[in-house]
Amino acid sequence: MTARVGVVQFPGTNCELDVCFAVEQLGGTAEILWHGDPSTSGVDAVVIPGGFAHGDYLRTGAIARFSPVMSAVAEFAAAGGPVVGICNGFQVLCEAGLLPGALQRNAGMKFLCTTVGLRVETTTTVLTTATERGQILQIPINHFEGNFVCDDATLATLRAEERVVVRYLQNPNGSRDDIAGICNEGRNVVGLMPHPERASDLLLGSDDGNALLRSLLAACSAGAASLLS
Amino acid sequence: MARFEARIEVTHLAGVADPAGATVERALPALGYSNVSEVKIGKSIRLVLEAPDAEHAQRQVLDMCGRILANPVIEAYTVLVTELMSA
Repeated sequence: MTARVGVVQFPGTNCELDVCFAVEQLGGTAEILWHGDPSTSGVDAVVIPGGFAHGDYLRTGAIARFSPVMSAVAEFAAAGGPVVGICNGFQVLCEAGLLPGALQRNAGMKFLCTTVGLRVETTTTVLTTATERGQILQIPINHFEGNFVCDDATLATLRAEERVVVRYLQNPNGSRDDIAGICNEGRNVVGLMPHPERASDLLLGSDDGNALLRSLLAACSAGAASLLS
Repeated sequence: MARFEARIEVTHLAGVADPAGATVERALPALGYSNVSEVKIGKSIRLVLEAPDAEHAQRQVLDMCGRILANPVIEAYTVLVTELMSA
């Protein structure tokens, strides 16, 4: 069975086709999930891609979390389904309460569009099983609001439960504890600011993102329960 | 039902960095304003709602703030409700 990956499209999303391309070149099947449909259509995994959902009005992700599809995504996640939020998708997952913390404007007040070095901190998440702990990945970032913020208690929990998934080698945006991506308690919901789909072919400068997307495809068949052992 | 105007001010929670405020604070001395500190940049939201009384209006607006108008993880908010006189 080919893994079916649903890619959520809000008005203003702009990375959905890139994610579909990257998923399909790795052998998965990708389909768009329209934000207005209150269903995940029976897919095996959900990706909330980057862009400017609902124009990023009010705050990034603030309106998107109330789109009908998000209730279905929350149910899917609660049942252990793999959910990955990339960039704006990470912001949406935080606003929706599926991940802790928030993303605010970069410390330097600059829009950042560059390739950064990332270190994989845990391999027991739906996005990192095909990587090695300590592995360095070169993956692009492209954001204005990527500065991860959380309170001391949340940070302590994230660290104690090894829920920091990837860290920046050189912090580009002021994120607390160099955090580039985190996961939920069930390790089946992952949010990260860097764009794995933009590092999916050497023609793009790096194919390091494929290891992450391959992990996601593997999670489609393995089920998230295996991550908690 | 009466009509009320709500003025909502959303600011960063104490302890959360305010990159926009910090940038403006660094820029002001270049224009000769060297006596300025504690610059904070937030949002101002104004809306009109119908409610039986000011207390209901206030409670509803605070509810909106907690659910969508502000992100309580990083933002604080204040609400000022005043009754609008009918024309």
